[in-house]
Amino acid sequence: MEKNKTHIKAFTLLSLLLIVFFGINISLGSVSIPLFETFSVIFGETTSNNSWEYIIWNYRLPKAITAILVGSGLALSGLLMQTLFKNPLAGPFVLGISSGASLGVALLIMGSSIFSSYIGLQLVSNISLAIVASIGSFIVLLSVIIVASKVKDTMALLIIGLMFGSITAAIVSVLSYFTNAEKLQQYVYWSFGSIGNLSWQQIAILIVLCFVGVILSIFSIKALNALLLGENYARSLGIKIKKARYIIIITTGLLAGGITAFAGPIAFIGLAVPHLTRQIFNTTNHKILVPAVLLYGAVLMLLCDTVAQLPNSASVLPINAITSIIGAPVIIWLLVRKQKIIF
Amino acid sequence: MQEKISGKLQLHNKNLDHFNVQELALEISLVLTEKIASKNLTVLELIALGRQPYTNWLGSLKNKDLSIINNAITKVNLDSLKHKKCYELSDGQMQRVMIARALSQDTSIMLLDEPTTHLDFYHKATILKLLKSIATTTNKTILFTTHEIELAIQLCDKMLLLNNTNNPYGKPSELIKEKHFETLFPKDIINFDANTASFKVNK
Repeated sequence: MEKNKTHIKAFTLLSLLLIVFFGINISLGSVSIPLFETFSVIFGETTSNNSWEYIIWNYRLPKAITAILVGSGLALSGLLMQTLFKNPLAGPFVLGISSGASLGVALLIMGSSIFSSYIGLQLVSNISLAIVASIGSFIVLLSVIIVASKVKDTMALLIIGLMFGSITAAIVSVLSYFTNAEKLQQYVYWSFGSIGNLSWQQIAILIVLCFVGVILSIFSIKALNALLLGENYARSLGIKIKKARYIIIITTGLLAGGITAFAGPIAFIGLAVPHLTRQIFNTTNHKILVPAVLLYGAVLMLLCDTVAQLPNSASVLPINAITSIIGAPVIIWLLVRKQKIIF
Repeated sequence: MQEKISGKLQLHNKNLDHFNVQELALEISLVLTEKIASKNLTVLELIALGRQPYTNWLGSLKNKDLSIINNAITKVNLDSLKHKKCYELSDGQMQRVMIARALSQDTSIMLLDEPTTHLDFYHKATILKLLKSIATTTNKTILFTTHEIELAIQLCDKMLLLNNTNNPYGKPSELIKEKHFETLFPKDIINFDANTASFKVNK
């Protein structure tokens, strides 16, 4: 059982990395706080500077926890989608979840400016953004589920998801064309993604969503493994394909939809982490992969966020761009080195 | 799989519609022509998936499962390849892996869809001989479709000829005697030689 040993090693390494990156993430920021002081705040001791305590408890800690939830959740939903669609290029957003969220947000931000004479209210806030984003992803997800009950072929579902994405993108373009510059900028800012402004209540909601998502995924492990053979084989092994497909889609909807609602669209993590994880663990068994992508996603997201906040400077880079800038070269490097992407 | 178009399908004197997927998984195992979704599985992992109908909700393998898996691997002669990844295997080896997976599912019936496609003559014969030996040693019913009529005549216990008219069924020797092979193909192109049980192309 040499394999088990390497798995245990990899899990230990990832857990250590998670702790280290969590530490680095909360000790760096626009205000420089000594490392020792950071940790004494975390462990509940008093510090010489009250504003430091405020920054850590109300800004850095929520942000680091959000990073972990966002990274883990997106990585897990990416894994689910890649296995369900037998496609190494699938990610959490192939079912049109992020486009649904974008549409909701675009309608709120830009629609309210176009129809402002009727509404005349300033509706745009973090909470309302999260609400419309969830409604948007939920509606798209619901349409996909309805369509899923009509089509037998999972590949058709993938294309339908992409088509929903195109339609919503087109509507967003039309809205952008008619809106004013200020509103457009506001929308673009949302699409950059942000994990820095969640309240503890919002984090609690996100924790619940991620928890439910993880539980559902654990119950899907057997079906996911059978799906590695294809749907016909999986059915011959006693898997109820339709039920498994619904559970997997709903799980992805909860995870990716919830995360997009609170943190905006965050690219790349969901696509890349499952591949990176398969490279390290050298297995396709979801019993290993599910916990592994959770850890790996969290580590990578913490790293990206640390880079994005540009330590000791006041400016923050858009997280959505950083995840791609860091992640895409890693995938290219892996491909060049291994010659092929193994799924 | 294709749903039944008409008539009645029975398994152990029970209507097939009355079996749920789990019960069916304990009775029938499959080897299909479609490629498996992930070639990144190792041979062992793939064959172990055949135990899914027997394992718990997480798919954990018990000692009994492991010994059945190992028996299946030995039976199809894959011991030296069991830690290889599926993308490293040849078509013939891959077909043996799929048969071992079906074997580890330990069902009374094994259905194979054209198990010898894409294989050269040597591997075709190997696969069909393997199926024959599995059928005799494990007492399983092995049912497969094939275009290799000559090999099937030599190796099968019974054949069903799909000739678009009366679809005769029986032992190969009986089917030869009743001259069913003669009319299987248009005579101006292919003739059947009953003495050697082989087809000849008209020159």
